Amino acid sequence: MTCDLSQTRLHAYFDGELDAMGAAEFERHLESCPDCDTRLAAEEKLRSALAGAQLYARAPETLRRNLQTSLPKAAIPPEVRDPKAKAANSWRWLAIAATVILSVFLGTQYLEKLNRYSQQQAMVAVIVDAHLRSLQPGHLEDVISTDQHTVKPWFDGKIDFAPPVRDFGNDGFPLLGGRLDVIDSRTAAALVYGRRKHIVNVFVEKVQPGDSQDASGELQGYHWVSWQQNGFTFTAVSDTAYADLDQLKQLFLAP
Amino acid sequence: MLEPEDRARFEADVMPHRDAAYNLARWILRGRAQAEDVTQEAFLRAYRSFGGFQTGNVRAWLLQIVRNCCFTWLQQNHVAEEMTEFDEQSMPPKPENPESLAMATYDRERLQRALEDLPAHFREIIVLRELEGCSYKEIAAITTRPIGTVMSALARARQQLRTILTEPVPKGASRDL
Repeated sequence: MTCDLSQTRLHAYFDGELDAMGAAEFERHLESCPDCDTRLAAEEKLRSALAGAQLYARAPETLRRNLQTSLPKAAIPPEVRDPKAKAANSWRWLAIAATVILSVFLGTQYLEKLNRYSQQQAMVAVIVDAHLRSLQPGHLEDVISTDQHTVKPWFDGKIDFAPPVRDFGNDGFPLLGGRLDVIDSRTAAALVYGRRKHIVNVFVEKVQPGDSQDASGELQGYHWVSWQQNGFTFTAVSDTAYADLDQLKQLFLAP
Repeated sequence: MLEPEDRARFEADVMPHRDAAYNLARWILRGRAQAEDVTQEAFLRAYRSFGGFQTGNVRAWLLQIVRNCCFTWLQQNHVAEEMTEFDEQSMPPKPENPESLAMATYDRERLQRALEDLPAHFREIIVLRELEGCSYKEIAAITTRPIGTVMSALARARQQLRTILTEPVPKGASRDL
């Protein structure tokens, strides 16, 4: 006999798509249903087989090159390719140049603001890069442990501050390990958390002058949330939902 | 035509998902060369319609375009395979046998071939969930199906994949990744 829940509810549980209530309910059911238990084990086996087989096919170098070269060509406005339009174009360029000069004249204060903004953007780009780097095989953790009492002492002597290491496994963010990373030529502690199928890197650094208090945003499809706490700047990065990162931030901020 | 700032945004937000795009195309089309062509075509389409895309999930938006290009390609090239859309009513669930539930460990080649032997609509859902790590909501958006259909199709796809894996190994070379 097949348990009715095994068709969809089991998969939703397996994929972390049930809310906390639904998951708890299903876990209670699981205790008394050998059928669902067997099926869940089978799903786990299939998933780890697929993950272990490294079936993900990355874009080949030829495609990367073609994408880079084909897109800008498609983007060139037709009048640039048309020699008859050239004369009109030179006037347009003059007008553009004039506008640019005028903007520079009028916009110094604005530019200063923009500069601060772009400094932050540059920092975010560095952090997203570090996150991407960490996802390369073998780069995620230097110390692999779900135990905060193993991860925390590991940083001793490797870094000149003691990053706050906490496991939030009970709240859906299991600690996976830690790593040293270099952010903008300063050493930072990277704490690695799991969030369903996603990886969250939390970079911890001593607060630098000019670090913004609370900020968040999206870059290249990755969400980031940063905050300050006890003299540290925290930046959480992941491709998981923004709400997840905010929840992780609240967990850190909770006493 | 894209404004320069949109062009920069496209470079920054869409380009990083080229692996995701290629991977999906490679598995739906089951071949490298086709996947490269179709991914490139999908990026051009995405580029042309990017002006209309303001906020939201860039990866899901791009993958939806990739997926549509792939299925158009399969149709145009009359690829002889099960193209029918998954329909729960006409495909009632069958009980799974104990052997396939107690799946043994399989090597990469075997898994690759099994995944390629799944019907296209099951294949894409396994790739999006297991290789790309998409949420149900994202898969629903990419494949333009209701979430309920995504859930039952995923359950069915996993079961069928296990069944293929327990069948005797078929003869013939496997396609390269």
